[in-house]
Amino acid sequence: MSIFDFLLARKKTNTASIAKERLQIIVAHERGSRGQPDYLPALQEELIAVIRKYVPIDQDQVQVALENQGTCSILELNITLPDR
Amino acid sequence: MAQIIVVTSGKGGVGKTTSSAAIGTGLALRGHKTVIVDFDVGLRNLDLIMGCERRVVYDFINVIHNEATLSQALIKDKRLDNLYVLAASQTRDKEALNKEGVARVIEELKKDFEYIICDSPAGIETGAHLAMYFADIAIVVTNPEVSSVRDSDRILGLLASKSQRAEKGEEPIKEHLLLTRYNPERVARGEMLSVDDVEEILSIGLLGVIPESQAVLKASNQGVPVILDDQSDAGQAYSDAVDRLLGKEVKHRFLEVQKKGLLQRLFGGRE
Repeated sequence: MSIFDFLLARKKTNTASIAKERLQIIVAHERGSRGQPDYLPALQEELIAVIRKYVPIDQDQVQVALENQGTCSILELNITLPDR
Repeated sequence: MAQIIVVTSGKGGVGKTTSSAAIGTGLALRGHKTVIVDFDVGLRNLDLIMGCERRVVYDFINVIHNEATLSQALIKDKRLDNLYVLAASQTRDKEALNKEGVARVIEELKKDFEYIICDSPAGIETGAHLAMYFADIAIVVTNPEVSSVRDSDRILGLLASKSQRAEKGEEPIKEHLLLTRYNPERVARGEMLSVDDVEEILSIGLLGVIPESQAVLKASNQGVPVILDDQSDAGQAYSDAVDRLLGKEVKHRFLEVQKKGLLQRLFGGRE
């Protein structure tokens, strides 16, 4: 191995830290949707489609969550509309 | 009171059966009457790892379906007096397991054994579900690698919601992390998730770290649980993990890069 290869090798990105970052994000996301019904992502998609007919919004500007409180469930919609 | 321990992971090939065999044997070595039950119906391998594959006459499914008694199906270990194996069926599929049957067999085992180790199949279907359902303690076997860590997190979610303890609202299953196939050299080079990384992501207590080791394959080739190879790094790491499981405080070993001596450097230093 030449000295240049050696120096290049040292500069290589730390792949373990990329793995850690990706895992932290996906695990947090999956924990958040644990125990929620399967139809929520589809519901969110369709809601976005409806709202987009009237207001231009992004995917992440609509949040849908289902909360259980005793015997009743609350479907919470949080839509951020763009500034005028 | 008998303790039921599930060895689980979600992902396949991470070392569940190797760990079940090692930990079960370790508990028996310390004087506890232990049985290891293979839940991987259709793909049994615990018998091979324990070296009793030619002595399986009746299996777990035969007992569930009342085709054999439990004492006919239990295989006594040749090396240790207080260690038994209950093999899975090789010809049936996982649908042959049912909750009532498993409950009955476990109740019966509880009368006779101190520790019941349930070796879970990979996945989250019937076999894996029933292996964890009755557990008091879970050992989550994880490799320092993205898909294994994600699957382990999924299994932790199921342990917290789909077990008997969760359904009855009892004290939750005690969860332990067992990190296997750990390579300190690669961690030092930034190529592999470290123990701290995995602990931080999964946030459960660390039972042990088993280094990637040639001893594991050597042991499985011979049908000897690797914990019996007390000269090997993996054997010693499993031994420490069993002590921790029994409540002893043992310092973690094999986490740092082993410095090679001059002779080892010159001659390659293989075991």
